[in-house]
Amino acid sequence: MSGKIKNRTLKQILGIWTTAVIILGLGLPMVAQPSHWGELPLIPGLEQRARIIFFHVPTAWLSVIAFLTSMWFGIRYLRKKNPHDDIKSVTHAGLGLLFCILATVTGSIWAKFNWGSFWNWDPRETSIFVLLLIYGAYFALRSAIDVEEKRATLSAVYSIIAGVIAPFFIFVLPRITAGLHPGSADDVNSGPVVSSGGMNATMRVIFYSSVAAFIGMYLWMSNLHIRAVTLVQRKELESGKA
Amino acid sequence: MFLKDWRSELRTRYALSALVMFVLTTIAIIVFAFGGESPSQEVLAGVLWVIIFFSGMSGLARTFVAEEERGTSLTLQLLATPTAVLFGKLAFNVVLVLIVNTMAVLLFLFFFSSFRVDSVGLFVTTLTLGSIGLASASTIIAAIIARANTKGSLFPVLSLPLLLPLLMTVIHATTLSSEGAFFSEGLDDFRILVSYIGAVTGVSYILFDYVWKD
Amino acid sequence: MIEFEAHAITKTFNRRSIFRDISVRVQSGEILRVIGQNGAGKSTFVKILAQVLTPTSGEVRFSLEGHAVKRYLHNLIGFVSPYMQLYDEFTAEENLLLSLSMRARPDDMTAVKNLLGRVSLGGRGDDQVRTFSSGMKQRLKYAFALIHQPPILILDEPMSNLDTEGIATVRQVMEEQQKRGILVVATNDHTDLENFDHQVDLGGRS
Repeated sequence: MSGKIKNRTLKQILGIWTTAVIILGLGLPMVAQPSHWGELPLIPGLEQRARIIFFHVPTAWLSVIAFLTSMWFGIRYLRKKNPHDDIKSVTHAGLGLLFCILATVTGSIWAKFNWGSFWNWDPRETSIFVLLLIYGAYFALRSAIDVEEKRATLSAVYSIIAGVIAPFFIFVLPRITAGLHPGSADDVNSGPVVSSGGMNATMRVIFYSSVAAFIGMYLWMSNLHIRAVTLVQRKELESGKA
Repeated sequence: MFLKDWRSELRTRYALSALVMFVLTTIAIIVFAFGGESPSQEVLAGVLWVIIFFSGMSGLARTFVAEEERGTSLTLQLLATPTAVLFGKLAFNVVLVLIVNTMAVLLFLFFFSSFRVDSVGLFVTTLTLGSIGLASASTIIAAIIARANTKGSLFPVLSLPLLLPLLMTVIHATTLSSEGAFFSEGLDDFRILVSYIGAVTGVSYILFDYVWKD
Repeated sequence: MIEFEAHAITKTFNRRSIFRDISVRVQSGEILRVIGQNGAGKSTFVKILAQVLTPTSGEVRFSLEGHAVKRYLHNLIGFVSPYMQLYDEFTAEENLLLSLSMRARPDDMTAVKNLLGRVSLGGRGDDQVRTFSSGMKQRLKYAFALIHQPPILILDEPMSNLDTEGIATVRQVMEEQQKRGILVVATNDHTDLENFDHQVDLGGRS
C-alpha cells in the first residue's frame, strides 16, 4: 500500500516539476543583460528561439543514452539468457526511438525558423538521423523473427555492432561538413552554449531541471512498460499451460 | 571454407552473374539519366559508391542466405567451427566485392570522360580498403538476417546505418583522388577505414557464435 | 574410449519447454534410443547431442580416454538427419572430400570410393547430388556421416526414404558403430532398433 502512495506522490511531483519547467522556460523574458533571476539572457543570433534548448537537447541526449542502455541489457542477455533482460532492452530501445523522433522533429522545426529549411545535413542533424535509422533497423529485425530466444539474441548482437560503429561517426562527420548547429566549432554567432558563458544561472537551472524532468518521465515510462510486458508474458504462460 | 564457396560459385555462377548484371544495368541507367552531360567529380564519386553499395546489397547476403534456404546450414555446422565459417565467407565476400568494384570502376572510366583518377595510388587504396570494409560489415549482417524471416528487404535496412561512416569516408577520399591530391592527404581517411575494418571484423569474430549457433 | 554425459538438458522455445531435465550417460559400445511421438522433441534432443543446437539449460559433456573434450567436437560426431541437406551442385565424391578437407584430413579417394560402394552408390560418385533420388540422398548422408570415422554416430529417423536393401545396409552400419563407439538413434518406430542400453522417452506431444 505504501508503495502505491509513494508512486502516486512521485508522479504528482514529476507532473508539477515538468509544468514548472515548461512555464518558466517559455515564460521568463529574455533581455540582453539579465539583472535578476527572473530574466534569461538574450543570446545574439538565437533570441527567443533559444528556448528550444530546454526541450530539444534533453530529448536528444536521452535518445543516445537510451540506446546505450538498450545495448547494455542486450549484452547482459547474451551472457545470461534471462528473458527479463531482453524486455528491458526493447523497452529502452522503444523509448529511445520515441525520444529520437521527438528530437529530430523539434530540431527540424527549429531549423526551419533559424536557417530557413527543415533539413541541412549538418553533422548533428545527420547523426540524429543515423540514430533513427539504427532504431528503425533494430525494430525491423525484431519483427522479422518469430522465436523469442533468437529474436532477443540477434537484436542484441545488432545493437552491439551498431554501438561499436557509431563512434566512428564522431570522427567522420566533422570532417565532411561544417557545422551549422549552435555549439559546433564553426558557429560564428554563439559557441557551445551549455558549457560556455552563454547561459546565466537561471537558464542553467531551468535547463538542468528540464533534463531531470525528462529523465523522470523516461524512467517512469520505462518502468511502466517493463512491468506491463512482464505481466502480459506471465499471463500468456499461465493460460498456455492451463 | 572459402574454397568450397568459391568452387560452388564457379559451378553455379549465381552471385557473380547477378552482381555483374546489376552493375551493368545500373550504370546504363545512370548514363541515360545524365543525358550526355558530364557531372562534377564530387557527384560522380558519390554515384560510384552508391552503385557499389547497392550492388553489395544485392549480392553479399547470398553466401549465408543460400545455405539457410537449401538446408545446408545444419550440414555446415557439423563440418566446421564457427570461426572457419565466418572467415571463409568473409574472404569470399571480399573477393566478390573486389571483382565487382573493379569492374564498376572500369565501366565508369569508360563511360564518364569527366571521371578522372589523378592520384592513382590514393584511388586504388581507397577502393581496396572501401571494398574490404563493405564486405566485412555485410558479412556479419548477412549472417544475422539469414536467421530472420524477410531476408531480402532486411539486408539493406540493417546495413545502411552501419555502412554510412564507411561510405562517407570513402567518397571523401575518392573526391580527393580525383582532384589530384597527394597520397599523404588521404592518410586520415585511410586510418579511419583501417580501424573501421578492424572494429567490424573484431566484433564479428566475438559475436558470430551467438548468431550462428541456434 | 569415448563417452558423453547429458546433464539436466532443458530446451524451451518461446518460453514453452519442449523437455526438461533430461540426463543420460552413454559409454563406448552402448546404444541410446530416443523415442517419443512426432513433435515430442526427438530431433531437437539429438540435435543438442550433436552440438548443433544449444540447450536452454544443462550441458553435454564429452570425454575421450577419460579426458574431457571441449573443442572440435564436430570431428567426433557423425549425424544423419532429415533436416540435413548435402550440396546439390557438387558430386557425391566432392561432398565427401569436402567433409575430409574441412576437418583437416588428407584427401583419401580410396576411402571415399569404398564408402560409396558400401552404401550402394558405387557408380554414382561422379554425379551431382541434384540428380539423386531421395533414397540415394539418404544413403549419401550415411556416407557423409561416416567418412571421418566418428566415434559417435547419431541417427534421426534412420530408415526414412530407404528400401529394404537400404535398410539392411543401415542395420549393418548400426552394428558396426556399436563395436566402434556410441550409437544414438531417434525414431518413432520401435522396430527400427530393438536392443539398446539406454533410452530417453520424450513421451507424447508437448
